[in-house]
Amino acid sequence: MLAWTIYISFLGALALMLLPKGFVRAARVLALLVAVAGFAVTVAGFVEQQSGGLVTVARVAWVPALGIEYHLASDGISLTLLLLTGIVAITGILFSWNVEHRAKEFFAFYLTLIGGVYGVFLSFDLLLLFVFYEIAIIPKYFLIAIWGSTRREYAAMKLALYSFVGSAMVLIGLIAAYVVAGSRTMDLVRLAQFPFPVPFQMWAFPLVFVGFGILAGLWPFHTWAPTGHVAAPTAASMLLAGVVMKLGAYGCLRVAMALFPRGLDAWGFHVLGFGSWRDVFALLALVGILYGAMVALVQKDFKFVIGYSSVSHMGFVLLGLMTLQQIGLDGAVLQMFSHGVLAGLLFAVVGRMVYDRTHTRDLAALEMMHLGKVIPFAAATFVLASMASIGLPGFSGFVAELQVLIGAWRSFPLFAVVAGLGVVIGIAYTWRAMQKAFFGGTTQAVETTAHPFPPISIPERIGAAILLAASITIGLYPQLLLRVIIPALHSPMFDGLWKGSAR
Amino acid sequence: MIAFSYLELLRLALPEAIVVVAALCVLSVDLIFLRAAGTRLRYSTGVAISFAGCAAAVVWILHAPQSVNVLDGMLVLDPVAQHVQIAVLILTMLTVLLSAGSAFTEHVSEYLAIILLATASMMFLVGTQNLLVIFLALEFLSLSLYVLAAFDKASARSAEAALKYFLFGGISASFLLFGFSLLYGVSNSTSFAGIAASVRSPLLDPLVAVAIVMTLVGLGFKVAAAPFHFWAPDVYEGAPAPSAALIASGSKVAGFFILYQVMAVGLAGSEGDMARHSYAAGWVPVVAIAAVLSMALGNLVAIMQTSVRRLLAYSAIGHAGYMLLGIVSHTNQSFSALLYYAITYALTVLGAFGVVAVVEEATGGDTLADFAGLSRRAPVPSFCMLIFLLSLAGIPPLAGFFGKFYLFSAVLASTPGSLGLLWLVALAIAMSAVSLYYYLKVLKSIYVADGPNASAIRVSVLRQAVLCLIAVGVVLLGCAPDLLLRWL
Repeated sequence: MLAWTIYISFLGALALMLLPKGFVRAARVLALLVAVAGFAVTVAGFVEQQSGGLVTVARVAWVPALGIEYHLASDGISLTLLLLTGIVAITGILFSWNVEHRAKEFFAFYLTLIGGVYGVFLSFDLLLLFVFYEIAIIPKYFLIAIWGSTRREYAAMKLALYSFVGSAMVLIGLIAAYVVAGSRTMDLVRLAQFPFPVPFQMWAFPLVFVGFGILAGLWPFHTWAPTGHVAAPTAASMLLAGVVMKLGAYGCLRVAMALFPRGLDAWGFHVLGFGSWRDVFALLALVGILYGAMVALVQKDFKFVIGYSSVSHMGFVLLGLMTLQQIGLDGAVLQMFSHGVLAGLLFAVVGRMVYDRTHTRDLAALEMMHLGKVIPFAAATFVLASMASIGLPGFSGFVAELQVLIGAWRSFPLFAVVAGLGVVIGIAYTWRAMQKAFFGGTTQAVETTAHPFPPISIPERIGAAILLAASITIGLYPQLLLRVIIPALHSPMFDGLWKGSAR
Repeated sequence: MIAFSYLELLRLALPEAIVVVAALCVLSVDLIFLRAAGTRLRYSTGVAISFAGCAAAVVWILHAPQSVNVLDGMLVLDPVAQHVQIAVLILTMLTVLLSAGSAFTEHVSEYLAIILLATASMMFLVGTQNLLVIFLALEFLSLSLYVLAAFDKASARSAEAALKYFLFGGISASFLLFGFSLLYGVSNSTSFAGIAASVRSPLLDPLVAVAIVMTLVGLGFKVAAAPFHFWAPDVYEGAPAPSAALIASGSKVAGFFILYQVMAVGLAGSEGDMARHSYAAGWVPVVAIAAVLSMALGNLVAIMQTSVRRLLAYSAIGHAGYMLLGIVSHTNQSFSALLYYAITYALTVLGAFGVVAVVEEATGGDTLADFAGLSRRAPVPSFCMLIFLLSLAGIPPLAGFFGKFYLFSAVLASTPGSLGLLWLVALAIAMSAVSLYYYLKVLKSIYVADGPNASAIRVSVLRQAVLCLIAVGVVLLGCAPDLLLRWL
């Protein structure tokens, strides 16, 4: 049944394209219905599947000559990310209720992107996964290039090329793995159990990991992320930061680490203090955390603050993956969910609630507008979202980052301390942005400011409520997701990873 | 002399004969009945007859499949060759349909007849394993294509394109003939079997080495591989759109088929090796060098182009580079991957030229600026172009992606246990990442930019239908590659 998330989204996109010109309202409603239907299917699948183990959704031969199958399945990790996709998709549409310019095409591209994302999370055939992964690239380009703002064409092209270079690296590794395994299969589970020669894994692992890592904002290949997020229209920023970056992290875990676990082994020699690819990527993740946070601290543009904070938060995901501890890995998956929801919310506040009203994102200009008084709902939402994002207990960010830090403490104690420093800088930049954007200026001048801004609309309120509710639910009861994530991490697929780390 | 019934030969070559008869019919019907009729009627009659002729040939091939090798390899038919013939016929049918209603010439029947003659020569080219017939068919094909390129008499660029094509073609034909004569001198035979039997030796004969290079120059010209590509940008830019489409599609498929046959069958035994750590002299290194040059030059120079036709030309050089990899690895699997790639590529590029023709008729040019805002002026052709260009860039689930995947995995698998050709595959994939940039530039112009003129473009129903048909084909072959794979 979960397969219908993909079909519904693509059919919705097709229906939107066939819609006659001028039906803006109908397009919006249709897109919302499609997103809600996709989410409903996901929730039904989530409830149905108690254990978190692997459940096959669809499996038919696709290209029998090459042993390629159309194999959709889900386990706890995919279910978690499917839920995230559903939530962000619905709220993204709610926050783009004011799109009038070529609205039909906007939602068609949007739903195509969503369909591709659902597909990646459900694919258990490597080629199929790659197909959906690439389907997601092209709509991103058009969403940013047509409906974006600051330097949109540059940002869109940069994003498309970074993604495509990443997927080219993945494709090289994928074809090589297919040929080396020699068993004419692309089945992820079977390939994960194939003992690839260690020297092969030693170059294939970093190739594929970096290929996916580019999309996950791995430092120093993250530069597409801030420019892309800033240029994108609100819904696209929400999707980019919310789910597209998760595609990369998911690929790192599901493909790079599951297929080539021995690539994480020690090299047997040391270069500049690094003893394995694991050390290298852990350090890159750590640099991403600190660098993203410090750059966010000095931004003048409100949206760039959030853009760089995404790089910083995705660093936690990658660091969690490199710990190779159960607690670190499930922290990483939880952080994917948590950051998806929170980044979506932050971008919604900045892009929709603030920018669409004030038409500026310059923090110095915003300081003069007393937004805390003028649009109190936006201010309140942003305060809550920031609290969640800096990791206050009770919100999802706390449980996720805490688990990652505990995992890191066990594997790389020094890194855990430095990552903790990253959390502190996180508080600083969030606080600074919040202060400047909403509570700046002198209080006397408040009454003199005319406020021609339209009030916060109902769709915006609903969207913000959904995202906050999701974050608080997971913050208070993380077991809801951990229940399915942990069994998934112990499925046969990740056997190689645990055996490797038990060394 | 071998005694052989000519009637039997005619029966075996009946599909080609049908196409030639159709060409004569087009000419005579136009000459006898339609002298005074309007261009529109003449076009529809001519297109209908051509279409029917090609369709009849396809039906005949399917109805009476042959598997023969007569007269010392002069006529060799096997299932794969016949399916490639069908592919060439279908490409011609689509070209003819796309040419219907174009306004660049009044000599409708001559134009269509020459397209059909070119098709017949491609069919002969595919159905032979004999140097003599290859040369004759290739010259026949080239002569037809020179004329087709020059057909727009009012355009100086068309004449220039044809002249360049002719000069380069003439030179490369002489190289080819020289290479063939050396091969004949070495082996005393013109058939592949005879040549392969006598050149097979562990050490490469210097004469054979010269012959290999000469042959590759001649055939490399045909498939527009670097460094023999200089004609391509000018011809793609100057020739009338349907001619350029035929040059880029059908003749490419036939060219790659025969290049593979000459190298892998005719020169079997003197392959050499280009894999890492196991280099050996032979034709493989020569083809690999041409492949590397084509991939790099085609894709990098395409970035700079502002004319969409020139962009397609350079991208064609890049694609020729990928396809040459299938020849470098020369296994059965890579042969079928090569054919899948060549056929789907031809289909895609044919569609792209169809859209270029639409734009040229509306705006009078083919620069990126002329494509600006096309998605609002002509949504259906724009969407088709989106599919074609993304398929060329290798985005799934379109045919171009599966072609690349199948080809590259076949190339890697050709050296079991060593991944020796990985460097070539890595270069090819890296270059296809580069190619996305310039395809996106065209799509940006179509979908993102706003043009000076926003009025809708009228496109005939037939042309829209053909474009949609091709687009559906590209999507379908990508989603269900088995539809084509089981024929190859």
